[in-house]
Formats: sequence, structure tokens, C-alpha cells
Amino acid sequence: MSTPVTESAPLPARPLPRHKRSTKVRRQRVRAAWIFLAPMLVVLVLVAGWPLLRTFYFSFTDASLSDLSDTLFIGLENYLIYEDGRWYGVLADPIWWRAVWNTVYFSVVSVSLEVVFGIIVALVLNAEFKGRTLVRAAVLIPWAIPTIVSAQMWAWMLNDQFGIINHLLMMLGIIGEPIAWTADASYSMWAVIMVDVWKTTPFVALLVLAALQMLPKDCYEAAEVDGIHPVRVFFRVTLPLITPALMVAVIFRLLDALRVFDVIYVLTSNSTSTMSMSIYARQQLVEFQDVGYGSAASTLLFLIIALATIAYLYLGRKQLKLGGD
Amino acid sequence: MTSRQLSKHATRIGFWVLVALIVVIAVFPFYYAVKTSFTPSSELFRVELWPSRLDVSNYVQIFSQRSFLQAIFNSILVATSVVFIALLLGITASYALGRVRFRGRSTVLLVILGVSMFPQVAVLSGLFEVIRTLNLYNNPGGLILSYTIFTLPFTVWVLTTFMRQLPMELEEAAIMDGATPWVIITKVFLPLMWPAMATTGLLAFIAAWNEFLFALTFTLTDSQRTVPVAIALLSGGSAYELPWGPIMAASVVVTVPLVILVIIFQRRIVSGLTAGAVKG
Repeated sequence: MSTPVTESAPLPARPLPRHKRSTKVRRQRVRAAWIFLAPMLVVLVLVAGWPLLRTFYFSFTDASLSDLSDTLFIGLENYLIYEDGRWYGVLADPIWWRAVWNTVYFSVVSVSLEVVFGIIVALVLNAEFKGRTLVRAAVLIPWAIPTIVSAQMWAWMLNDQFGIINHLLMMLGIIGEPIAWTADASYSMWAVIMVDVWKTTPFVALLVLAALQMLPKDCYEAAEVDGIHPVRVFFRVTLPLITPALMVAVIFRLLDALRVFDVIYVLTSNSTSTMSMSIYARQQLVEFQDVGYGSAASTLLFLIIALATIAYLYLGRKQLKLGGD
Repeated sequence: MTSRQLSKHATRIGFWVLVALIVVIAVFPFYYAVKTSFTPSSELFRVELWPSRLDVSNYVQIFSQRSFLQAIFNSILVATSVVFIALLLGITASYALGRVRFRGRSTVLLVILGVSMFPQVAVLSGLFEVIRTLNLYNNPGGLILSYTIFTLPFTVWVLTTFMRQLPMELEEAAIMDGATPWVIITKVFLPLMWPAMATTGLLAFIAAWNEFLFALTFTLTDSQRTVPVAIALLSGGSAYELPWGPIMAASVVVTVPLVILVIIFQRRIVSGLTAGAVKG
């Protein structure tokens, strides 16, 4: 799912002017602030903090789904262990590494495509033309459709026997015989990527559009007077100016893509050719009932995403600084 | 002169072709789902762009299934409860984060941002244990609880941004009159925050309505499922013949309200999605 959390930190809280800020009122306000925060913090600890710690803990045990209370601490066995001349554990499982590769491949390709298409759609929506509101509403439709539903809709359109996409492609003479888009390992990843790009390009487009609408008009007028080609203006003026907004859109999409589950689950089920890290972890946890092993995979997924975030923020900051020089 | 006019026309035509392409790509899959839902199962093997006639048998079939009606009811129950809880906790928290300056404020904001980003699978086993301990497994209550993990951070974040933008004179007068923070929230800010709350509430509703991983994992029986799970698990007599007609009918039923909401509130949604995004 794509929880559209909005980005940049809200500016610091507005303090009251100094002369009005008596310490008593201030202290009362700070106390009230913590009381108001308490329920939210309690809920977040209950649904996020505590479960996350328990997942870390389970990853070092042999817990099974049927009985979570009776567990044995087994150290790093779920991750990696050498026994009888062979390596076992998540880190020694080729299917896990396949899932890591699939997820990374999926994330990089689909987010790149979304950024390119998102910019194109945003540029179109930023132009003034009749019916712009209608087009914007149309573009929002894929975003509003539940991921499960869009996956089912595409699964039907991509159906090998009765799907309209095979039908059209055969009519146009592009393919000779029907393709099993979701079942054939060489196409299924592309089918998944296509559905994801269709569904989330609107989100990227909206963020880019918001950035475009805040650009100063005067440099465009100057460029027009000087007769500079619009494509050149785009790469020299527009793109650098919307880069911060793009970076925000990219990190949110990337974090979302790295935890992908629904699209793949519906389109291709547990097939290893498209299995993502989330699918792998859930399969171990729920279907194989192996909470310890599944938790180890979840923990690794968490670490990978945390590392990706840190690396991205670090690189992004560096790049922004370079751009600013 | 003429070549210039020609290129101008070409650009115009190219632009409209692009617009048409975008609209077709965005709308066609949904249109095709609607079309399929009105096609009787016996005619699905014929690929057609237009329905030859409107046949409602697929709709009759899904609405005669008790479990589907139950799933719709569960989804509405879960999504509205989640929105209510997220807004209630979010408005007070956003007041504290947006209007009061105190130590640890930026840490709290960072934690909230962190929670909204981490993968749901990472909490799956821990949350499963919490839900089972609270006796909420296979119960809408478990879903309501678990959905706050993604609706609450988002709600707090957006409401804080909105709260920040309100002028401080509002509050000063109330403080001078000796109003307590609770009175300030309910009497001063709440009336002004309705538009922002409607926006975030709508976005939280859509997110909760669409959620799949938790709904799939924390429910067991048909009577407790939500709509996305019901649709994903809809299958026919045999594993190879998926009932595409009823699947599309069910998809249309759960999507049409969302599409209508989005079209009515598109301005609001766009502002909610991008609030703060480009001001940093």
C-alpha cells in the first residue's frame, strides 16, 4: 500500500512572544503537550515499537506460529549455521537471495519508470488547456483503486487465453501466439512492474505537479524571450528546481517498493521468479508456521530498508550540496 | 513562416495525443473491469471492447453471497473506526507538536516519520503475538488496532503541518483568558481544522480500505475478512477457472465509491498528499 506520508519536517513550533510567555503558562503548556501526546505514543509503542522488538527477539528463537510462548533461544541459527558440512539459515538460502534480488530489481526499475512517467504526466497537467481538471481526475483513478483490485484487473487483462492485451497484440501482429504474462518466468516480473507503475505514477505526478506549480514564472519568460528550446529549458531550469521534490517522491516510493507485497501476491502468488522479501518472510511465518525463521527474514528486510534509507539520505544531502555550489 | 506554423501545429497535435494517451491508459483498465462485470461468464471467452448488452448476473451472484456482504460491512467498520481513532489521537498530538515548544519534540517527530516508513512485515510476528494476547485474532478489532500503525503517523504528520499554519493570535487571546489547552483545542482549533481533518480522514480511510497484508494474516474465517482479502481469495469451482466475471463485479463495487470520493474531493486529496512536501 502507498501510505502517502507527507514529507519535510514541519517548521519548529511557534513560540509565544517573549513578554507574554510567563513561565507558569509555559510549564502548563508543556505538561499538557505531553499529556496530549501520551495516547498516541502508547498506541505507537503497542503496534510498532514492541512488536518490532519482539520480531527481533523471535528471530533468535525457534518459535512456531502455533505456540509463541514456548520458545527456545537458539542464537543465530535462523540466520546462518554450519552443520554437517553444509550451511543453513536465511543467509544460506538461495531463494532468499533471489527474493532480495527480485525486490531490488523491482524497486529500482519501477521507481525509475514512475519518475519518468510522473514527470511527463505532471508537465502535461501543468500546461493550461481545456479539460485539465477532468484529465487530473482521470489520472487519480489508478491511485484510488485498491492495489488488490488493480492487480486483479490487470491479471484479467493479461490472462493468457482471454486477456485483452494478448488479443490486441496479436491483432496488431506484434506477437504470434498468446503470452502467459503472469505465469511465464521471463515475463512475470515485467507484468508486476507494469501494474505497479500504472498504479503509483499518479502519486509521483502529483508531487511533481505541486513542485512545478511553485516555480517562479519569470525565468521561463526570460528563457522564452531568449528563444531557448523548451527541452533545454526543462533540463537546465525545471529539472534542477524540482529535484528536491523528486528526491522526496523517490524516497517514499522506494521505501514503499522495497516492502512490496500485495501486487505480487495476487498476480503471481508464491512463484520464486517474482517473490519479494515480504512475500518470502510472510510465507515462512504464516504458511510454514516458522516464526523464528520468518522473523529472521523480516529483521533482515528491516535492516536492508533502514540501510537504504540512511544511504539515500546521506547521498541525497551530498548531492544537494553539490548542486547548490 | 509556414514551417514555423507547421511545427506549432505539430506540437499542438502531439500534446493532445499525449493527453489522450494518458487518459486512456489511466482509465481503460477500470473501464474494462466495468465492462467485464456486465458480461455473463459464458461470453467471457469473446474479447470485446464494448459490452453487447448489460447483464447483471455477476452482481446478482456476488450479492447473494453472505460472505461478500459481510466483508463489505467489515471493511466499512474497520476503516471508519480507524479514521475515528487516528483523528482523535492525531488532533491532540498535532496540537502538542505544532503549537507547543518543548524538549524532545523533534525526537517524537522523527519517531513518527520512522514508524510510517518501516516495512509492515517487520512487525508481523510481534503484532501477531500482541493481537493474540489481546484476544483480537480473527476479529475486526485486531485490524483496527494494527491499522493505526500506518494511519496514525500519517495523520499526525499532516495535521501538524496544518496546525502550524494557523496564526498564533488565535491562541494568544484564549491563553490570556485563561483557557486550558483542552479548551483551546476543542473551541479554537477544532472548528478551523475541519478541512484538514476531512482530507487526512479521507486519505486514512482509503489506506485502511485498501490494506491487504494485515487483513490477510490476522483473519481466518470468511465472516471476518475485509473486502481486499475477499476479492483476492475469490475462486471458483476449480483452481484453474477463476470466476473473472464475479471478481470484476466485486472489484467494481468496492472501487466505485472510492473513485467517486476521489473525483469529488480531488483538490483536497492533492493538497493533503502534497502538504509540506514541497515547502521544506
